[in-house]
Amino acid sequence: MKHHTKRHAFGVEETLHELKHFLPAQAPLKDFVHHNTLHAFQNLPFHQALKQAKTQVGYKGYLPLESYRNLYRDGKIKGVILKNVLEDHFGKAEANHWVVKLLDQKYQETQDSKVGSLRAHWKTDYHFNLDKVVHPFLFRILSAYLDQGISIWSFPVEATGFLEAIKGLQAQSFSSILKGKRALDLLYNPALTLEMLLEILVGNPDTYGWYLFDQQFAHPGWSGMVSVLESQPESLLDSKSICLEDVIKFECLLEIDALDQKFQENWNPIGHRFPYKTDELFENSPFEELDLVLQCWQEAYEWSYYDEVLAGISSVGGIPKSPDAPSFQALFCIDDRECSTRRHLEYIDPECATFGTPGFFNVEFYFQPEFGKFHTKSCPAPVTPKYLIKESANHKKLAKDAHFHQNSHSLLRGWVSAQTLGFWSAVKLVGNILKPSSSALEVSSFKHMDPKGTLTIEYQGLEEGGLQVGFKVEEMADRVEGLLRSIGLLEKFSPLVYLIGHGASSINNTHYAGYDCGACCGRPGSVNARVAAAMANHPKVREILGLRGIEIPEFTQFLGGLHDTTKDEIEYYDVDLLSPENLALHLENKPKFSQALDFNALERSRRFDTLKKNKPLRGIHEAVKKRAFSLFEPRPEYNHATNALCIVSRKSTIKGLFFDRRAFLNSYDYRKDPEGKALAKILGAAAPVCGGINLEYYFSRMDPDKLGAGTKLPHNVMGLIGVANGADGDLRTGLPYQMVEIHDPIRLLMIVEQYPEVVMNVIRANPATYEWIKNYWVHFVVIDPSTKTFLRFKDEGFVNYIPESHIEHLDHLKDKLMSTKENLPVYLIDSL
Amino acid sequence: MELSAWIQLMIGIPLVGFIVSILVPENQEKILSRVAFYTAGLNLLSVLVFLVFWALAGFEALNLKEFVLYKTEHFEFLVDFFFDRVGAVFVVIGAMLTFLITFYSRYYLHRESGYKRFFNTVLFFYLGFNITVLAGNFETLFIGWEILGLSSFLLVAFYRENYLPTRNAIKVFSIYRIGDVGLILAMWASHHLWHENITFLKLNNAELVSEHLAGHSGIGMFIALMLLLAAAAKSAQFPFSSWLPRAMEGPTPSSAIFYGSLSVHLGVFLLMRTFPFWENQLFVRILIGLMGLVTAIVSTMIARVQTSVKTQIGYASLTQIGIMFIEVAAGLEALALIHFAGNAFLRTYQLLVSPSVVSYLIREQFYGFVPKSKVQKSGFINRLTTSFYVWSLKEWNLDRFINQVVFRPLKTLGHKMDFLTYKSVLLYFVPSYLIGLTLLLIGYNLPPQIHSWLPLVFAFIALLMVLKSFTERKSARLSWTMLLMNHFWMVLAIAENENFSGEEIAMYLSGVIFFGISGLVVISWMKNNIGQSGLFEYHGYIRRFPFLGFLFLLSTLGLMGFPLSPTFIGEDLLFSHIHEDQYVLAFFAALAFVMEGIAAVRIFSRLFLGNKRQEPEVTLGDSLSARFNLNGTYSEVFKKSTFKNSI
Repeated sequence: MKHHTKRHAFGVEETLHELKHFLPAQAPLKDFVHHNTLHAFQNLPFHQALKQAKTQVGYKGYLPLESYRNLYRDGKIKGVILKNVLEDHFGKAEANHWVVKLLDQKYQETQDSKVGSLRAHWKTDYHFNLDKVVHPFLFRILSAYLDQGISIWSFPVEATGFLEAIKGLQAQSFSSILKGKRALDLLYNPALTLEMLLEILVGNPDTYGWYLFDQQFAHPGWSGMVSVLESQPESLLDSKSICLEDVIKFECLLEIDALDQKFQENWNPIGHRFPYKTDELFENSPFEELDLVLQCWQEAYEWSYYDEVLAGISSVGGIPKSPDAPSFQALFCIDDRECSTRRHLEYIDPECATFGTPGFFNVEFYFQPEFGKFHTKSCPAPVTPKYLIKESANHKKLAKDAHFHQNSHSLLRGWVSAQTLGFWSAVKLVGNILKPSSSALEVSSFKHMDPKGTLTIEYQGLEEGGLQVGFKVEEMADRVEGLLRSIGLLEKFSPLVYLIGHGASSINNTHYAGYDCGACCGRPGSVNARVAAAMANHPKVREILGLRGIEIPEFTQFLGGLHDTTKDEIEYYDVDLLSPENLALHLENKPKFSQALDFNALERSRRFDTLKKNKPLRGIHEAVKKRAFSLFEPRPEYNHATNALCIVSRKSTIKGLFFDRRAFLNSYDYRKDPEGKALAKILGAAAPVCGGINLEYYFSRMDPDKLGAGTKLPHNVMGLIGVANGADGDLRTGLPYQMVEIHDPIRLLMIVEQYPEVVMNVIRANPATYEWIKNYWVHFVVIDPSTKTFLRFKDEGFVNYIPESHIEHLDHLKDKLMSTKENLPVYLIDSL
Repeated sequence: MELSAWIQLMIGIPLVGFIVSILVPENQEKILSRVAFYTAGLNLLSVLVFLVFWALAGFEALNLKEFVLYKTEHFEFLVDFFFDRVGAVFVVIGAMLTFLITFYSRYYLHRESGYKRFFNTVLFFYLGFNITVLAGNFETLFIGWEILGLSSFLLVAFYRENYLPTRNAIKVFSIYRIGDVGLILAMWASHHLWHENITFLKLNNAELVSEHLAGHSGIGMFIALMLLLAAAAKSAQFPFSSWLPRAMEGPTPSSAIFYGSLSVHLGVFLLMRTFPFWENQLFVRILIGLMGLVTAIVSTMIARVQTSVKTQIGYASLTQIGIMFIEVAAGLEALALIHFAGNAFLRTYQLLVSPSVVSYLIREQFYGFVPKSKVQKSGFINRLTTSFYVWSLKEWNLDRFINQVVFRPLKTLGHKMDFLTYKSVLLYFVPSYLIGLTLLLIGYNLPPQIHSWLPLVFAFIALLMVLKSFTERKSARLSWTMLLMNHFWMVLAIAENENFSGEEIAMYLSGVIFFGISGLVVISWMKNNIGQSGLFEYHGYIRRFPFLGFLFLLSTLGLMGFPLSPTFIGEDLLFSHIHEDQYVLAFFAALAFVMEGIAAVRIFSRLFLGNKRQEPEVTLGDSLSARFNLNGTYSEVFKKSTFKNSI
């Protein structure tokens, strides 16, 4: 049947493989980690990928054309930048011609996606709403099988796989899962293959692949969940084995059964009547004029901001550096939420020095809290640690809330509950609504670890489940050295070096894992901060570090801590281990931190519409804190919204610049890393982590229906693994609209301060990182330290970039800060 | 001042609040939420103050004869209010929960598209709730009942551009409407039993009731059963249970207040309110108890297999409502009232904190996980438990059951009329109608045997029209016209039955004609301007034509006899002309009335809801400012109502 050498028929096996690649790869809620939503298209250049995703699956990757035009009218897209973008693409002569198109041309934007068009014929030509019959039951049974603890009667059949479980259910129950004989016979056929089912349903082998894509993309949420669980079954604490192929087989059986019931087995397979060719599904779609127009608008939108940033960096003057060691040093997470915390801290104590580094502080391990039955990963998602850190604490009580107890769902005990607990819930409801306070319902980052407990940091010869409990001294030294070298902190140690991880607190928030530290795999970074500090304080580690050229003075002590980004509070760990001198210093520093956090809360509050601003600083901070435990607050914090930059440089390069909490800041000193070894590590993590966060926000914002989770208000928790709309809906993937509403959807601009040749070698050496840059999933600019000029990555090389913008200089940030809720431009500021 | 006059305040405050909230512009979030908040708060306060005085007066049942809406020699439409222990509990709980929910939603719904719509509907619901629980007779109660049905529809379909919410909203509305048959027929029969608009106060008079029921036990039983039907549908009792979980499509607070607490308990209220009437009918009491028992058992099983939080809470709540039915049947009014209050609070709270379940239960699992040990059971027991599991997972096929028993036969009947087109309708039915009408007017002599059949035949034709309209898919215009014609045939049928005065007919038809024509104009406009008239799928034109959609909604309501058009009273009038022994005619008329509502709402939904149309795109807010950008230039109305409608 192969007419062309090029064309190849997609086998079922291959289709399944492709499907798993294309389906949303979002783990269960508790393991939510940001990633590039369109990961399946990452092998293509960005704009081509968007085009492909649109024609193939119907994903929207741009704003509506009219929105760009409005942004232009509002001055958010700058004319001069637009001109540059157009000249860059089409040359000076053609640019004018394109300006007209961008601004005035009318385009027809309606285009149906390929996926879904084949199965649409069930409705239009067979006049049968197959999905309406099949989906609710399929979702129900899938959800029942995977349920992690909502249902009281758990799935009654234990089996090795989903289809086996269905068979068991069918065999053991008086109530039949399938109605018709044909479908039942197929279910029991031990040699059942997907091809057999597709032959009945579709008939035409060329069409199988297309049909499967249509079928699975009719409910990408559930299919994606199954596909994720197939590859990482450890995501379910109550483990269930499931694979996508089983689910597809069952769905095909349900479809055959439904069609048999409707048409009595004499219906024509859909592929006979509509012989779609699977390979056409994957064909490249040619670029049209509209695509170019949207691309130019998007680039102009992005560079309108980037240009300001670069102009800002070039206007930073040299600051005379004092020769002494700073008053204290503080390491924060690279996270964009710490961008402002560090700024405030540096203005409150100009003598201090802050650094940014991924919040796992270069120590990777699994963490098992006291009484915990499982351990959780505490490092970036792609890393697989070999170490386990265990907590031992005397007393750790879980706060309980009887309202979640299953008693209230049963008949008689429910009767008692309703008449007793019912009135108690009235009291609680009134209490929480009128005066929100901490309760058993909240997720609090401070509860992740018991500060009074002890951690097994040093290896004592124990192994557990293939993991080494604790680190050996040598291993500790490696990690501390890596941490210090990457940020260039090799000398002039202050008496106190803070390692501040971060986490978040919220209530009534199904996506809570997305609020914590991404570098700690969606957990608070408290354990990492404490472990890393303990390692760096270890005398033997200091000895080894000394041998390796990093002399840490004896009086220097590292102190771990956790910053709760929702409440803006910091908790410090192992303060009792400080020397009396350092303790005195710490007590001096603490108010500085709290003051910085007050200001930080103030800065954040400008985005919160419903918060009254006419209060003193403390009052605003208190109001901000309340959001963390107000049941009715869908936006406890804005998380990574508005993120746009990732700057890998010395602090002095960006000193005094106001980035409006939009930048991931990673400290890096090019002078101490001439070969780019540290840079390679930094970029290897920053591109996928920061880029992934950025793109998840980008796509959830661009297409809240298909790539985002829509508004969170009607969300209904399914099986503790996902959320759906209402009772019968598909699982929703991506971010809820409340998280991304204020996000300006632009890609991440990575700025690296290092010699361009070194950078080029570094990024080319790592193909995974290079793919991000080469295909423009992130923009990339290098600051050449010798000339202080900017080089922009383009067509696998660097080209010069000269910023056009002028940066305003502010004496006091506070004057400007509360003037608007919108994004602020880049300013150079002198003081708070 | 007389104590009973206070009752007016409890209706008046929500009414004023509702009207004010309609007048507030869309983008004034703060004012909107304040209006709702103060309406509920003020009402709560007034109720609490009133309770003090009421207590001082010794908890005496109060009746307030408000005003006569319409009166002929033999008919009176009286708006009447009544306040007693049952009403007091419902009013207080309703005020408290609405107050809390409005406060909650003020932040929760911030920036949500349809912020105004939400508060409008909640206040409308609250108004309906208060009218219902304070009603002093069936007519007044029915006004509230209808408002509740409509506001439920609007809140389930809050995300009106999505398919599932729209579909489920129609489902909820349809079941509610089935319940309405019960209420209408109960009203009809009680007219004949009492020969007046019986007030609930009089119903409390045991002697009077037993005196009237003596010798009329058949009609007494009929009324009781119809009341039970109405109560069962409203409270999602067996076999109507499946609508409840499907109603959880709106924002969480609206699900909490409606389907967790207030709305779903109104069936219990209706039974308590009419308790003196069926108190001595043992059969009815047993039936109510059994219904409650079956509901409780079935829904607790379904709750046990649910894997989604909200549906689980829904079924758990239902279990308790089943028990409340038993309590009411057993005459344990006080217990049922306490049970209601506790259950309402419990479920509201559980629904409101339902998103927290993820982190909470996962934490419990993390620290306390015990792998399930499979208990080895004997073959048969094992088989039985598995079967119960599967049955419960299938919700005992209740959804399919209602479909097959109620809607499938009606659809089949409707499809029998598939040969009709818009033109042939004009061709066949208009002339034949005119002939019928002329014959009636000039007076003619038909043999009485034939004559006695005429009302039935005409009513059946009317019913067929509605069913045809219900199944029509090709043309919205045809569907709508059939609905209009239904009313005319029904009038003819009743006029053949008994002397239906010109004034009464005018009363009935004025609403039909006015709203029928306005609806027809909307449909024709859409057909001419956007070539849209089919009902094959959901079109979702609401975003493009919000004002038109609103107009059409009003027309729909008017045509189906919502308490907004004179037809509402007309319906009641019409029933008063059906004789006591004409059960079939009454049944036809009631069924036509019910299906009319379902068909009309279906047309509205298919034209305006359930689909996110791509064409004119509103940009998502690029900042927090209340600024919006629109594609093209549409009217100011459009701008206002589409603000932030992008989700």
